Amino acid sequence: MKTAPVISAQNLNIGYRTGGDGLKCVHHNLNIALHAGELTCLLGANGAGKSTLLRTLSGAQPALSGDVLINGTPLSKISRHRLSQSIGVVLTDKTAIGGLTVREVVALGRQPHTGFFGRLSSHDNAMVDDSLKACNITDKQHRYMASLSDGERQKVMIAKALAQECPIVLLDEPTAFLDIVSRIEIMSLLHRIATEHHRAILLSTHDIEQALVLSDRLWLLSRESGLTTGITEDIILSGSLDNLFHHTDIHFDPLHGSYYPTVQHDKTIVVDCKDETLLHWTINLLNRNGYGAAFDLSSPCSVILHIKARNEIIWQHDNEVATLHSFEELTQMLQKR
Amino acid sequence: MSRNLHISYSTRLIITLVVLSAILWVCNLFIGSVSIPAKEVINVLTGQPCERESWRYIIIESRIPQAITALLAGCSLAVAGLLLQTTFNNPLAGPSILGIDTGASLGVAIVMLAGGTLLTSSPISGFIATIVGAFVGAASVLAIILFFSTFVRNNLMLLIIGMMVGYLTSSIISLLNFFASANQVHAYTMWGMGNLGGVSLQQLPWYATASVCGLLIALLLSKPLNAMLLGTRYAENLGVNISATRNMLLLATGLLTATTTAFCGPVTFIGLSVPHIARLLLRSSNHNTLLPVTMLCGAVVLLLCNMLSVIPGNNGIIPINAVTPLIGAPVIIYVIVNQKKIHYFNG
Repeated sequence: MKTAPVISAQNLNIGYRTGGDGLKCVHHNLNIALHAGELTCLLGANGAGKSTLLRTLSGAQPALSGDVLINGTPLSKISRHRLSQSIGVVLTDKTAIGGLTVREVVALGRQPHTGFFGRLSSHDNAMVDDSLKACNITDKQHRYMASLSDGERQKVMIAKALAQECPIVLLDEPTAFLDIVSRIEIMSLLHRIATEHHRAILLSTHDIEQALVLSDRLWLLSRESGLTTGITEDIILSGSLDNLFHHTDIHFDPLHGSYYPTVQHDKTIVVDCKDETLLHWTINLLNRNGYGAAFDLSSPCSVILHIKARNEIIWQHDNEVATLHSFEELTQMLQKR
Repeated sequence: MSRNLHISYSTRLIITLVVLSAILWVCNLFIGSVSIPAKEVINVLTGQPCERESWRYIIIESRIPQAITALLAGCSLAVAGLLLQTTFNNPLAGPSILGIDTGASLGVAIVMLAGGTLLTSSPISGFIATIVGAFVGAASVLAIILFFSTFVRNNLMLLIIGMMVGYLTSSIISLLNFFASANQVHAYTMWGMGNLGGVSLQQLPWYATASVCGLLIALLLSKPLNAMLLGTRYAENLGVNISATRNMLLLATGLLTATTTAFCGPVTFIGLSVPHIARLLLRSSNHNTLLPVTMLCGAVVLLLCNMLSVIPGNNGIIPINAVTPLIGAPVIIYVIVNQKKIHYFNG
């Protein structure tokens, strides 16, 4: 089922106005479609324009030309108040909310829906309860923000955006500075919110590993190739990720979903191994020590490695055969040559 | 359950502060540089005949307006400080540190020294000129600092810019002093020491109206102020009109600082320290409760300072600016030393 995008734009030019008539265009002719019920990750190197794109989509920065459409309505035609009910943001900005409780911060998300004095109705309080529950922080609702870990604080800001009841949530590097457990938690949480609450969630991140696992769609942004979008697996298998960072020293390995340094080697060793995990880490070790790996047993290589188990490595050099009991011993053999 | 507890705690705190400020206000009527027996004070207040007519005059014409002034000035300066701290996202901001009361002083100096009119002895027109001068001066400095804050993101740098603007303003005041007559300089210097007794019973309604207006504007801004705690970009996303809110804050802070400075001289440390006392007592940065608590704490602190300033008895009055740092400075040092343990510092 393909729904109409909640945010769309055609031939969008983004960038800055630099005093006078000067324009500094960061990207031009971007075509954008963000869908409800999906988690979309925006990937790109530092300085690729991720934050500029997010700011433009959230209406915090005007596009240089072209219109961002929110459910078909141009962003420029949406009132400040209406916009605050359409797009919620999670930023990396410095805040001064250490003296507020978790609940008070989440309740700030109700501001677009409350009256002049910001009094919370029972419906508002129910929405705050739901948002706290969705982010698993109900038990922390009376704690001060200052007492939370970075990961917990991020969950509170996500709960705030949820309480805002916006169909669109934009997040600028929500997993930066978090440890691996919190990163996975936050990404899983966002994916669950996108699916269960049918929100369109777009986040920028450097955490490519998690993005490939949990993101429904990828937006790749680079200075050279502009914006490439698609379902995560289409993007991975198309090889587009190799062009994300224009750097000859790294390449993307679609099998393991990760970037690796490009191997420079002039020597090759033949590897014979049935187990995929063992094979992967054997190649890893060979590459790091400046060797390439070959798999054709009949090739004219002088060394053949038979990897039986992690403590049973048979080193065959012409007619000389040695049994090694660890990768430590293998490293020593390689360095002796 | 604990939500109800929280509400009742802040309500209890507010009631305590109201009672405390009422008691201190009454105490201010009984204590002054001229010693008047308590029985006679009660006689005057209840409209009974008084032993000496001069005592009645002192209480009606001096002590009552001074106690009301101390109450209003305490509220005004404390709230001005809180508004500045939230606007600049900086707990060490305050009207004195950012040079805003120096701006008001410059406005007053221009009126008093260059214009040749004196606040205490002038007719009402000169007196209004002084207030307008103070407001224009305070608002100008505040506008300059707001302008710098749009591109100086570092809070410490912004405070230093505020101090520099303050120094520049002071040097203009010194120049004005240099060219003024001895009498004018004397009057200006006396005013600069801070004096809560400078507002006469006739001037009081003017002062009260201006400061109550400023306080009301501040109270109406508590919703956007809470959003501003998240920073301007978050606040904008919550639908807050940042420029309109900043203009209202400029108006309220300017009004509160300028009127108080015009009437009482530049009273230091209240704006900087009282919001901290309030946050520490309230244990919250939520402006819905923090604004009233800050207001009441300001009243309590300045009424207390006013009482301390008359301790020498018949030997005269200690300038209020010699007393306020005694309470204010230790609070700021305490807050800075303990900032790692104080929740609102770790935002």
